[in-house]
Amino acid sequence: MEELKTVGIKGIDEVSEYETFQYIVIKLGSEQYGIDIKYVDNIVRMQHITRVPKVAKYLKGVINLRGEVIPVMSLRLKMDLPDDEITKATRIIILKLEQHGTIGVIVDEVKEVVTLSTAEIEKVSYDGKEERVNYINGIGKHDNELISILDLNTVAVEK
Amino acid sequence: MDVNQYLEIFLDETKEHLENLNAQILRLEQEPEDVDTINEIFRAAHSLKGMAGTMGYKRMQALTHDMENVFSEIRNGTMKVNSNLIDTLFQCLDALEEYNNNIQETADEGTNDNQQLIARLNDFLKTAGKGTEEPKEQKAAAPEAKPDDQKDEKWLDIKLEESQLSVLLAAKEAGKNVYGLTVFIQESCLLKAARAFLVYKAVEEKAEIMVCNPSAQDIEDEKFDLDFSLIVISENSLDEILQAARNVSEIEAVTGAVYEIAQVPKAESMAVVQASELKPEPAGSAQSQNAPAKNDKKAAGKPVVNRTVRVDIEKLDVLMNLVSELIIAKNSLVSASTTEGGSNAGFNEQIEYLESVTTNLHESVMKVRMVPIESVVSKFPRMIRDLSKKLNKKMELYMSGEETELDRTVVDEIGDPLMHLLRNAADHGLESAEVRAQRGKPEVGSIFLDAYQDGNNVVIEVRDDGSGIDVEAVKNKAIERGVITAEQGESMSEKDIINLLFHAGFSTSKKITDISGRGVGLDVVKSKIESLSGEVEVKSKLGEGSTWIIRLPLTLAIIQALMVTVGGEKYAISLGSIQTIEDVGPDEIKLVQNREVINLRGSVIPIIRLSKELDIESSKSPDENMVVVIVKKGEKLAGLVIDELMGQQEIVIKSLGKYISKCKIISGATILGDGEVALILDANALI
Repeated sequence: MEELKTVGIKGIDEVSEYETFQYIVIKLGSEQYGIDIKYVDNIVRMQHITRVPKVAKYLKGVINLRGEVIPVMSLRLKMDLPDDEITKATRIIILKLEQHGTIGVIVDEVKEVVTLSTAEIEKVSYDGKEERVNYINGIGKHDNELISILDLNTVAVEK
Repeated sequence: MDVNQYLEIFLDETKEHLENLNAQILRLEQEPEDVDTINEIFRAAHSLKGMAGTMGYKRMQALTHDMENVFSEIRNGTMKVNSNLIDTLFQCLDALEEYNNNIQETADEGTNDNQQLIARLNDFLKTAGKGTEEPKEQKAAAPEAKPDDQKDEKWLDIKLEESQLSVLLAAKEAGKNVYGLTVFIQESCLLKAARAFLVYKAVEEKAEIMVCNPSAQDIEDEKFDLDFSLIVISENSLDEILQAARNVSEIEAVTGAVYEIAQVPKAESMAVVQASELKPEPAGSAQSQNAPAKNDKKAAGKPVVNRTVRVDIEKLDVLMNLVSELIIAKNSLVSASTTEGGSNAGFNEQIEYLESVTTNLHESVMKVRMVPIESVVSKFPRMIRDLSKKLNKKMELYMSGEETELDRTVVDEIGDPLMHLLRNAADHGLESAEVRAQRGKPEVGSIFLDAYQDGNNVVIEVRDDGSGIDVEAVKNKAIERGVITAEQGESMSEKDIINLLFHAGFSTSKKITDISGRGVGLDVVKSKIESLSGEVEVKSKLGEGSTWIIRLPLTLAIIQALMVTVGGEKYAISLGSIQTIEDVGPDEIKLVQNREVINLRGSVIPIIRLSKELDIESSKSPDENMVVVIVKKGEKLAGLVIDELMGQQEIVIKSLGKYISKCKIISGATILGDGEVALILDANALI
């Protein structure tokens, strides 16, 4: 019992020293984005999306995820990129957000899961006028590649 | 003992007992001599007290205890029921309900001691022997006598009997000191009685305890709050006694002072002066006052208990049977599919069997969720009684169909709208006694609340025999308020004008009372009912009364729907709103005021092209015959143009979620047999 306790405390200490987060790396066009894994509920293949009339363009509609009706949005349209081209690699990432509930986002491709420590993430200053920057709250460096970390709560906010 | 697991049951049962008490006390007022009613009240109060005690809700227990005393006097015939007593009892019930609500929110009963109510109950008990005509004065005096239960010098509240007084005076004369003490026990203390006993013992070593409030027996039984007061005689100094008491752990504070024995009438004022001069424990007493304030903050936040439905065991038995049948049906299907060259007929037979089982299963599950509306309407007679007193109008509420069942979620929501309508009827509907006499109506106004099932709907009617709605007054008011223009008013039908009452910010009452007439109400009623997928309408005859009719669906989760396609997409339309389906040629469409209409068997019906509403291309060419679904909303009809009919189906309604809520014409979604999602069209929103 005693032993277990000390091990547990050590573990916590380690985390607080170098805080690390896991991100799912996705591709949109040529750029790479990171999604905090703690919000990801599921990743599913592209499937038939039922269109919902009279809603914002980036809201593609709803899908059936094991008996639940989940809204799906296009990350490309939300970021004012050209509309999605559905390929074999296209996936829907199901996110569970505290404020907005469960939402699916369409991405071009899911690449890998990376672990980044706080030291490897650079905070972004909001001097850019482009709206796209506002969806990003940091840039991570991993194997000489840059990963823009998505701020999911602002992504999910309705335009 | 960990009683948390019983919390839900406790709350449910307390609610039931309170409802019962409300109803029975009302009856008691009418038939003060009815032994059965009194016994029933006594039983309910007694169980309430027992339950509160078991759960450790002391304040609740204290209040019910005193109520029970009163009921017991009534039962023994030593006390007569009068209107004052009934009023007080109702206030007690309100206080108990508040405790119950607090417990539901925070698992704590709150810190309101309701001393006034308890004092008043005790006054009734005292005066009962002398007769019941007095209480009016007594009642007025009582709240003043105990104006502040928060003060620290609670020993001042102790009422001394003459014999005790003379003992104290004798002691004083003998050169001994007489002190008053109040001990506050920490709120977190688990064994209050034990702590109190230790204090009692410690004080007893230093002094002779003359009076103890509450009594020593009550303290031992934990029948007290966080404080108790003593009056003691001692040769020792006050500090010594206070110190002895403070040495006991888990004691928040002990206050004390020399007890001034004055002549009885002056006792109160003298003592107060004395106390303010001598306040010995300012720090401690401040703390004890802070404690309840902190406690109040807890009140916000999530209720600690989930909502429950109490289910009749028979309903569960039926469910169980159906589920076993379902398993059998599934097994037969499995075997039918594996049997080689299995006949198609056998397969179809099994499908039909399965269908009948699932339909029954659905019905039974629905029934499990159903509760009688009684739980909501049972509080209304009491409300009407209060309103009658407040408005000074004589009225009587007649209810029928309390046993009508509705989905639990609907029943929970329907209370407020009904209350609004009843208040409206009482305030605006019923005329004053003089006007009623002029119109030759009976002096006592009647309000009716009738509930009944009508097909797949439940109808609740609120009816009064009052003055009815003055259509002209409504119209003038609407014009005055700018809701409509004068020209619009001219062309509106009587029905349309009456419907203006549901317009937000509309109130025709000439004077604003605290009961109704603030312009909120009817629009809230309407939106609430509509959020429950129901509808409300009014029928009224000037001088004869009005009827408000609420129509609610039996269930919200599963409906029969017509599946249609528009531009290749599948949509569901609730069968409940569909009148007929027509095949219409393109040349039958006429234009009236630039809107497309058809003339169907003599009535002109506007046409809504769904493809246009849904922003999609119709897959049919314009010169083909159209399929038109005629839907009904209230009295209005409209034709929805669709591409193709797919058939009728039972669908499970799923919410689209908060994220996509802006689309008004879509009321939800459903998952079809092939896993695809189809949207449900809200015909009401389209019209």
